[in-house]
Amino acid sequence: MGLDSDLGLRASDLEFQGSPATLLEGRICYALDAKELERLLNNYPAKVKKNRKQHILIKDSERQQIEANTRTIPGIITNRGCAFAGCKGVVLGPIKDMVHIVHGPVGCAFYSWGTRRNKAKAADPKKNFLNYCFSTDMQESDIVFGGEKKLAKMIDEVVEVFKPEAITISATCPVGLIGDDLSAVAKAAEQKHGVKVLSFNCEGYKGVSQSAGHHIANNGLMERVIGQGEMNEASAKYAINILGEYNIGGDGWEIERVLDEIGYHVIAVMTGDGSYEELKNAHVAELNLVQCHRSINYIAGMLETKYGTPWLKVNFIGIQNTIDSLRNMALYFGDEALINKTEEVIAREAARIEPVMEQYRKMCAGKTAFCFVGGSRGHHYQGLFAELGIETVLAGYEFAHRDDYEGREVLPGIKPDADSKNIPELHVSPDEKFFSLKIPAERAEQLKQQIPLSNYRGLIPDMKDGSVIVDDLNHFETEELIRIFKPDIFASGIKDKYVVQKMGIPAKQLHSYDYSGPYAGFNGAVKFAEDVSAAFNTPTWNFITPPWKNKPLLTGTVHNA
Amino acid sequence: MLDCTPQEIKERSGGKINPAKTCQPVGAMYAALGIHNCLPHSHGSQGCCSYHRMHLTRHFRDPIMASTSSFTEGACVFGGGANLKTAIKNVFAIYNPDIMAVHTTCLTETIGDDIPSILSSAEIPPGKLVIHANTPSYVGSHITGFANMTKGMVNYLAESSGEPKREQVNIIPGFLNPGDMREIKRLVRKMGIKLIMFPDTSGVVDSPMTGEYKMYPNGGATVEDIRDSGNSRLTLALGTFASADPANQLERKCKVPALTLKTPIGVKATDELLLALRNKFAREIPAELEEERGQLVDIMTDTHFHFHGKKVGIFGDPDVVIGLTEFVLSLGMQPVHVLTGTPGGAFEREVSAMLQEAGVKGRVKAEGDLFELHQYLKNEPVDLLLGTTYGKYIAKAEDIPLVRIGFPVLDRSVHSYLPVVGYKGAMRIIEMISNALLDRADRDASDEDFELVM
Ligand code: SF4
Ligand code: SF4
Repeated sequence: MGLDSDLGLRASDLEFQGSPATLLEGRICYALDAKELERLLNNYPAKVKKNRKQHILIKDSERQQIEANTRTIPGIITNRGCAFAGCKGVVLGPIKDMVHIVHGPVGCAFYSWGTRRNKAKAADPKKNFLNYCFSTDMQESDIVFGGEKKLAKMIDEVVEVFKPEAITISATCPVGLIGDDLSAVAKAAEQKHGVKVLSFNCEGYKGVSQSAGHHIANNGLMERVIGQGEMNEASAKYAINILGEYNIGGDGWEIERVLDEIGYHVIAVMTGDGSYEELKNAHVAELNLVQCHRSINYIAGMLETKYGTPWLKVNFIGIQNTIDSLRNMALYFGDEALINKTEEVIAREAARIEPVMEQYRKMCAGKTAFCFVGGSRGHHYQGLFAELGIETVLAGYEFAHRDDYEGREVLPGIKPDADSKNIPELHVSPDEKFFSLKIPAERAEQLKQQIPLSNYRGLIPDMKDGSVIVDDLNHFETEELIRIFKPDIFASGIKDKYVVQKMGIPAKQLHSYDYSGPYAGFNGAVKFAEDVSAAFNTPTWNFITPPWKNKPLLTGTVHNA
Repeated sequence: MLDCTPQEIKERSGGKINPAKTCQPVGAMYAALGIHNCLPHSHGSQGCCSYHRMHLTRHFRDPIMASTSSFTEGACVFGGGANLKTAIKNVFAIYNPDIMAVHTTCLTETIGDDIPSILSSAEIPPGKLVIHANTPSYVGSHITGFANMTKGMVNYLAESSGEPKREQVNIIPGFLNPGDMREIKRLVRKMGIKLIMFPDTSGVVDSPMTGEYKMYPNGGATVEDIRDSGNSRLTLALGTFASADPANQLERKCKVPALTLKTPIGVKATDELLLALRNKFAREIPAELEEERGQLVDIMTDTHFHFHGKKVGIFGDPDVVIGLTEFVLSLGMQPVHVLTGTPGGAFEREVSAMLQEAGVKGRVKAEGDLFELHQYLKNEPVDLLLGTTYGKYIAKAEDIPLVRIGFPVLDRSVHSYLPVVGYKGAMRIIEMISNALLDRADRDASDEDFELVM
């Protein structure tokens, strides 16, 4: 899309006669008020209404509570996936030098093969298994008589052909039900082959969403991989880990480009373009960055307890967020050379992209967005939208917890329910060999006043009064809320995308980036701006109504007789 | 690309590496979308439903709606009856379809939920319908799931009014794109024969852009039509794997004779479809279709030297692969590797017989995976690969042109709108294959060998 293309008029503009969600003194008006929300909810059967009401907020200046991480009601068309998707699909899948075996019937492995866009490259291409998909392809007899033998066989075959250093096994629904003992199979295979074999009981019915699977996967990595390396300290200054960054569309590479230049030394990434070999030494980092709070915050906490490494909430989506994150990192290390270098890189990058962003801003300013994504992007992208002059009028997460909305201060008050109790808790204590306080406690306390060290304030504080926050947004609510707000762009996933576009509204996939990206960092902001502008300005919107619609068939002058 | 795949082939029995099939429920979901005003429902945990919707959406680039029983651990212990009943109540109250089509998943099959008995005590609003199919993912493939759900339509809906059968034909099209379904309907209508196609996803997953979203688009076989299929004179099942079972069930239930034909890909299989209609309904094949056929044969002859003797590898779903194999043989090509992920000795027998008749020595494999297909190709290279998007890794690794036909195609568009079946579809396949082969020849030609006319 060229920068000079003119502002295309969308068919929806014509139909809707202007955007009803207008901004007045920072408050969003004509949007959803309590009465309208009640009307919407009244379409639900009583029990559903009662439940959904707690998952929807109209933001005001009071402290507000939202319900999250609870079961989706059967029959509701949700965007959520399952624990397996969170474990194998999200957390384990991107680790390139482990073979990820899925134990179960073929489907789960098939769908999680190559669909998430977690990119990776390895110096030795034979140590990157991401283009392969491994399924034990359980058959009826395996369900009846147990699948352990087949799994053991698959490990044998994989070791022979692929020669990996480490293997993961992820369970799918039937495995837990028939009682296959994955950890026993893994243990036997470790002894037999001398390679690491990690097993994960991430059956799809555990927990209430992908989130359970993140937990299960991360616990396993925490327990059996991190800290297994021999390094005592990092080989270079400013050693960091990046947690909760999955390198979708190459996001992680754009972040690392900038971090490398400033002088950081990235030890390990969890888990985009991640590697088993690197992860083993993650304990030596001096700071852990947390990009996706949802999927990894508890690991960050455990790393702090076990190895004495604090964590910093960062957000590399959006220019200002990226700048703030870089400055906070520099402040943490507190080294003048680093601070200066950070400012130098920021100044250069910002100057480079600002004129380009300005062009795109002209095409986007004044528009409104819905931003409903995963467990962190629903928040992360709002800053980038705002930099393009796009106001986020509705946001939410598919599978986040209350702390992702309300901030970590609510954590002590969240009581585990039956669904979260079935996910094993991991308790860690300071590591005898590797624990060392990376910064003095006093200085940490000081820093906490200035930067989000071991802290995340959540999505709600960043949203304008009058905007709407919805947890586990479902199909019915999507349709209704679009009718009420008539947003100019809808950021979500593949399952909503074409629903929304059929209504004449551009939809942007923010899980897969519509096969584009990176969207992180400085270059990512430009790429995002380019893609969003294209979505607004593609001439294709102009053809929705055929030229003969609403035109009389016969035209001409009627002559008086 | 795929650097770990060795040339040496060894027997494996631990499972699949790079599978060439997926699980039953996605096929059942797709079949259910071929009923007008129907909401498919996945009885299991919500991950399966999410995966299936995503994959279908990626292939069709259109909304794919389906609900789920959203199992948690408790439901696994106590059975999913309560979840399904709640789901039924909520679906009709909130999403208001005319009919819900429930399929199971490996979870609900493993715990043994008895769907008919759950349905018998569920609150189904008057005038609304719920049908079901058992689709255990550890049996067969997505093609089996498609057949099972189509069979479910017969079980629940088809009725014979007992009168003499009517002058109409049922067509069970198999797991094809809506563009193919439209083309088959066009051929049958051109023959002047009334038809009932079910499932029929045309107008559902290829719905037009109008600026207005319809949760239930205009297309799909109506419940009335599927009911009436019990009164037809004949059922044509196109493709053994996806269609024969439901057609035979309809024969058992309503005494409608079933005839199984190949998926009408290529000149021969299309001839057979038209011939069957001609024989059973005593209708002459119209000049217009004969003209189309003549055009196709004209093209085949005029361009045979582009194809003749070229080696091909074909993989995908069994019915489609059988059709493609027959067609490339009629172009004089040599399908030296033919593989499907779906289990089935019948596939191996049928394809082997075709190859033998044509005097081609080839390797035929059912229940195979793409890891072994790649190994075959390393041992005997081909000029062309025909199959789904998943072949692109092999195509890149071995530098072979890939023509995408089948399910799923995730990285190209338009495929679901234009047919590969019928004479027109065969022309389209020729165009795709020759573009692939000749683009490659142009790319690789030295300047002095670069030709204007080919
Ligand atoms: S759990 Fe079974 S039904 Fe669900 S995606 Fe996996 S194989 Fe398919
Ligand atoms: S960014 Fe979103 S989709 Fe990605 S892991 Fe985090 S919560 Fe999941």
